[in-house]
Amino acid sequence: MAEQKGWKDIPIGGTIVEAGSAREYKTGDWRVLRPVYDRSKCIDCMMCWFYCPDLAIIQEDAVMKGIDYYYCKGCGICASVCPKSAIEMKPETDFAEEG
Amino acid sequence: MMEKVAQMIAITGAQAVAHAMRQIEPDVVAAYPITPQTPIVEYFAKFVADGVVRTEMIPVESEHSAMSAVVGAVAAGARAMTATSANGLALMHEIVYIAASTRLPVVMPVVNRALSGPINIHCDHSDTMAERDSGWIQFYVEDAQEAYDLTILSVRLAEHEHVRLPVMVNQDGFIISHGVEPVSLLPDDVVKKFVGELKPIYPLLDTEHPVTYGPLDLYDYYFEHKRQQIEAMKNVKKVFPEIAQEFFKISGRKYSFVEPYKLDDAEHVMVALGSTNGTVKYTVDKMREKGRKVGLLKIWMFRPFPKDEIQRYLTGRKSVVVLDRSASFGAEAPLYEAVKSSLYESASRPLLSSFVYGLGGRDITTENIEEAFEKSISGELVTDHEYYLGLRE
Amino acid sequence: MPLTMKKLAEVFSHKDVGLTQGHRMCPGCGAPITVKLALMTAKAMGYEPIVAFATGCMEVSSTIYPYSAWSIPYIHNAFENVSATISGVETAYRALKKRGKISPDKKYAFFAFGGDGGTYDIGLQSLSGAIERGHKFVYILYDNEGYMNTGNQRSGSTPPGAETTTAPVGKEIPGKVQLKKNIVEIIAAHEDVYAATVVVGEPMDFMSKVEKALQFDGPSFIASLSPCVRFWRIPENKTIEITKLAVQTKYWPLYEVERGVYRITRKPSKFRPVIDFVKAQQRFRLLLKRPDADAIVQRIQDYVDKRWERLLALEQATKDKPSR
Repeated sequence: MAEQKGWKDIPIGGTIVEAGSAREYKTGDWRVLRPVYDRSKCIDCMMCWFYCPDLAIIQEDAVMKGIDYYYCKGCGICASVCPKSAIEMKPETDFAEEG
Repeated sequence: MMEKVAQMIAITGAQAVAHAMRQIEPDVVAAYPITPQTPIVEYFAKFVADGVVRTEMIPVESEHSAMSAVVGAVAAGARAMTATSANGLALMHEIVYIAASTRLPVVMPVVNRALSGPINIHCDHSDTMAERDSGWIQFYVEDAQEAYDLTILSVRLAEHEHVRLPVMVNQDGFIISHGVEPVSLLPDDVVKKFVGELKPIYPLLDTEHPVTYGPLDLYDYYFEHKRQQIEAMKNVKKVFPEIAQEFFKISGRKYSFVEPYKLDDAEHVMVALGSTNGTVKYTVDKMREKGRKVGLLKIWMFRPFPKDEIQRYLTGRKSVVVLDRSASFGAEAPLYEAVKSSLYESASRPLLSSFVYGLGGRDITTENIEEAFEKSISGELVTDHEYYLGLRE
Repeated sequence: MPLTMKKLAEVFSHKDVGLTQGHRMCPGCGAPITVKLALMTAKAMGYEPIVAFATGCMEVSSTIYPYSAWSIPYIHNAFENVSATISGVETAYRALKKRGKISPDKKYAFFAFGGDGGTYDIGLQSLSGAIERGHKFVYILYDNEGYMNTGNQRSGSTPPGAETTTAPVGKEIPGKVQLKKNIVEIIAAHEDVYAATVVVGEPMDFMSKVEKALQFDGPSFIASLSPCVRFWRIPENKTIEITKLAVQTKYWPLYEVERGVYRITRKPSKFRPVIDFVKAQQRFRLLLKRPDADAIVQRIQDYVDKRWERLLALEQATKDKPSR
């Protein structure tokens, strides 16, 4: 959470001048299911990246790199659109030790 | 049509404002017609159609959309204006607040007309009184000259970096807007130089620095944003005299928060907004011939309310009569309430009385005003009892 | 022609989409996907998008002060005036360009996004006005068939029988009784407009329509059926699938109207009955328990059938007969 500022320290008009400041917000905390990605099955079709509502699929030049767990909410759309079943949804509690 | 010298022409208040807008030449005007504001839009539309101004006009489908389009245009980085009256102002009420809270510099001439119902197209101040908490700066003008002058001056006030608040310039419907008076227009280039170029803050069209307008404030930030608006209003008290001084230099006409009229030795003072001040001045002159020590404190700037000036000019007077062209049902009339509260800490409080007049365009005559003064002088008025001028009992 | 997913991935591995991570829409929501597809299409074509949003789910959840999930210029004004707001922005652009303050080479794409609340109901007036005036903008409706941001109140877009809090399925009244308002027809009836329906489940059709809208010399309107995981009561991962089902059941036919010329852009070889769409969402659960459930579902089936026939007829009748 950003530290709360006083009225003299924020821009006027309620305008947010730092574009994309939402990137500071960890939506990954919401997860109940976690997508687990199997690189060996992936064909880099980019469907998961295309559809992820939270832009949480990491790819570089159309090569799948992984999932951004800082933001991933675990909706499972990636797993459902993957033509190769390369993504499997597992309970988040299985990964609880990662903190 | 670049006029090199000041012109004195006989025009209506609406025309005068249209000329001011022509000379300001905003980038965008989005307006919806409503009696008695319509001539402003019509005159300006003719300027646009004839290529006299390069302004883009948006013929919006309602006043709510007019103010919405103005908000969009100013946020984008352009200078934009609109104008309205009565129910049009009421319809855009939601966005009027948003324009102020988004801190967008907008100048809006308002032609005062009574709010429905019943529907009435004539002058009273109920429409702009309903916006007194909106965060807009408000001027009430006495005549067409002031409507013209203050429209131009307000551009600089609204756009000042320590203000960044929208401004309403209010003129009495039909009385000023449709009455022909001699008005001195400044040369086009003088006005152009005076208003200068808008320096947009955070324009949407600047894609190199993307910003987000109109976020959701939860209870953790709304209060701070409102406090900023309060501060901006306070700054108006410092900024306006500077701009008025600059305007005086180009026009010879001096504006302030209030205009004292024959107050030096006045024992009985009237306070009023709008065109009635002209009638009061005339009546004051007539009564002074008969030896009455009367005077007028005309209020120009209603928001921010000039509390200091009220205290300065009214402390120690024998009596003060406040004229309101609007009522606040269930409470004291707005101007009266504001004046009374300003005098609360006054060392020597005058006898105060409240007169509501002119609702729905009911005429106010010199006889009415003289009657009010005489009653005040005779001491028969009861403070906090609301009296009426021109009402049939 | 829209880029392939792989090509788009290449482009956007080095460029912001415009919507960022960290927004607080529900997991699996159709609205951010709608927004993504529109912005990617615009940016891939070289446009710089400026977006205006009506009050609603997407607006509120993406801009909770001081967080903004927008890396492009964005404005929210109020609920019913997104079209009037974007009219002002677009006009300011033309005015400033005329004065030489903006380079004529810079390509802006002016988007107005609204939910069904801000489009069918309270926002209809300003949308109609903006289209009539001919502003060059693309209006994108993310239609989740209710006022979802405030907890599922019925809108003019809610289908009959759906459970909403203001038209609940009760003992006497079976939920909303009116049919869904046909917003695309309302908009298509304006002069000089391009109107189309899209779903995220048909991405190429979606993106090609956005391309067309951006190149159309006038205002355009794109209606995207946008499932609401929470209030349609569907699993979070079924969003894409549900939109495909909507097309297959004729519930949301994919077509476009360009200056009065109708063109159906997806003609499924085999249709599925509308009951399949209804059964897939728990918002119809209470409806299906009622004794008159069959009659109500049949009414919907008749409606979608007749509408499909009508669209086919319009396609025939308006072929090569644009209104201008």
